[in-house]
Amino acid sequence: MNEIRPQAGNLFKNTPPPELPEGPPDYRAVGRHAVFPETTHDEIARLNYLAQLNRHLAARVMPHVKSAWELRVKPRLEAQNPPPRDRHDVRKALAADPVFQTWSALRRLTMEQRQQAGRWTALRQAEALAEKAAELTAGDPRLSLDENLPIPRYVTAVDHHTMPGSYHAERFPGDVTAAANYDHAIFATTGGLLGRLTDGAGRGIVKWLQTAMPGFAPTRILEIGATIGHSLLPIAAAYPQAEVIAVDLGAPVLRYGLARAKSLGVENVHFVQADGTDLSRYQDQSFDWVQTTMFLHELSKTSMRAIFAECFRLLKPGGIMVHVEQPQYAPTMPLFEQSMRDWDSYNNNEPFWSTLHTIDLDATMQEAGFAPENFIHDHVFGVVDKDIFPDAADDETEDYGRKASWRLVGARK
Amino acid sequence: MAAGRREEVESVSIEDALADSAAKPAGKRPYFLHPETERVLAITMAVAQELAVTRDRLDTLERVLEANGIPVREAIESFTPTPEESAERGLWIQEYLTRILRIVQQEGEAVAHTARGDVASEDVATELRHEP
Repeated sequence: MNEIRPQAGNLFKNTPPPELPEGPPDYRAVGRHAVFPETTHDEIARLNYLAQLNRHLAARVMPHVKSAWELRVKPRLEAQNPPPRDRHDVRKALAADPVFQTWSALRRLTMEQRQQAGRWTALRQAEALAEKAAELTAGDPRLSLDENLPIPRYVTAVDHHTMPGSYHAERFPGDVTAAANYDHAIFATTGGLLGRLTDGAGRGIVKWLQTAMPGFAPTRILEIGATIGHSLLPIAAAYPQAEVIAVDLGAPVLRYGLARAKSLGVENVHFVQADGTDLSRYQDQSFDWVQTTMFLHELSKTSMRAIFAECFRLLKPGGIMVHVEQPQYAPTMPLFEQSMRDWDSYNNNEPFWSTLHTIDLDATMQEAGFAPENFIHDHVFGVVDKDIFPDAADDETEDYGRKASWRLVGARK
Repeated sequence: MAAGRREEVESVSIEDALADSAAKPAGKRPYFLHPETERVLAITMAVAQELAVTRDRLDTLERVLEANGIPVREAIESFTPTPEESAERGLWIQEYLTRILRIVQQEGEAVAHTARGDVASEDVATELRHEP
């Protein structure tokens, strides 16, 4: 019996020690700050499990969805008359396939379990978190809230990415649970692909800026839809002399965002509750840089046009607007991929996602006043601490819309 | 609202926190399977999650004990229960199975109950209501 007893790291006597499996790091590698919620051993275990479950669905179940499409759904669909015309035909055909159904049900449940797990942790310490945020932000002119700001229908109709209450709902004055939930449990969905402070996109933008325009020295920077400022902080830190403004509709994320930024030693960011479609509080030509990160898909056509127009108005001549998003559905993108990328639009409360990715963004930018010769189209990868966190550039799994790899669309004014 | 008015911080009761943690987001839920199946899958996946959490805690316990000089992993692997201990553990498993497979037992018993004229409470209620 002793001979077959498992050895540490070597479960089978005749096989070499296994290589470390690819996948999310332990949650304990996640960076903390003054308003980060406390997490028990079991709460950490739950987030580790959910991150692994997401990874499992992407790496080990998704390939079966793809083969179900190729081997049985696609041949049947293409034999029909007429053949599939667009991603909607593919989506409807996939919806009847058992492998797609199972994957979808599990993916939806994983999102729901992630929300329950994160919300429990944030809610059970709601008062303590609100007090910490209040201590760090009381009387600070860098926090500007507007409790009468209307929340538009494209935000209230369905809670984005099935996060109950979205970014704006609050239980009591000073509540930050929406932000604390988003911040500490996003790891379950990203598996660390956005780095220890969920700032991989912001760090990616800084890297892009320093490479693509090394002489650029913005003095005024704006992010619209900044939530807790996680994507903006690396830019604020890279340009410490700049005045940086984070705008969002939600008060909880802004309160938490300022407390978080101060706790992380980033002092040049203002957090302002406002609607990006009307930033009339700021003068024409008063910013060098305006950005959104993974934000356009949470808008509507009208609000996106208005935001682009505000970006143009707010930029100084030579100033730059940049939007970091998942790729558009080019005609060359296979219908299966388009349909899979649409999943969040239909099944994860991202209703504008599907429409956004078919809109001619160049035309929208031109309509807002930007000249085609000044358009910017590029790629941005999430930048993370590679010794601990998985690097999106090396990640070969395809999770259709969740990868830390984005298109950068924008223009110089 | 002014920034950080501490005195206005109210409390979230345990009832509120429990209900709110599992709150439904705005937006109708899509179903991919028959709702009955998906409901059971949802519960099963939550239980699977909690099993992983328990396994993780057990693993932590073992490692903490090891780190404190108690070679518990070796002791667990070479543990051989006495016949009495085996009987206790076997009984525990039987009790556990009875609990989690209760519905299977009850649906089995229903075959015989139905054969000998099992009735529904609703039918008896109607019968009692119409009793002269």
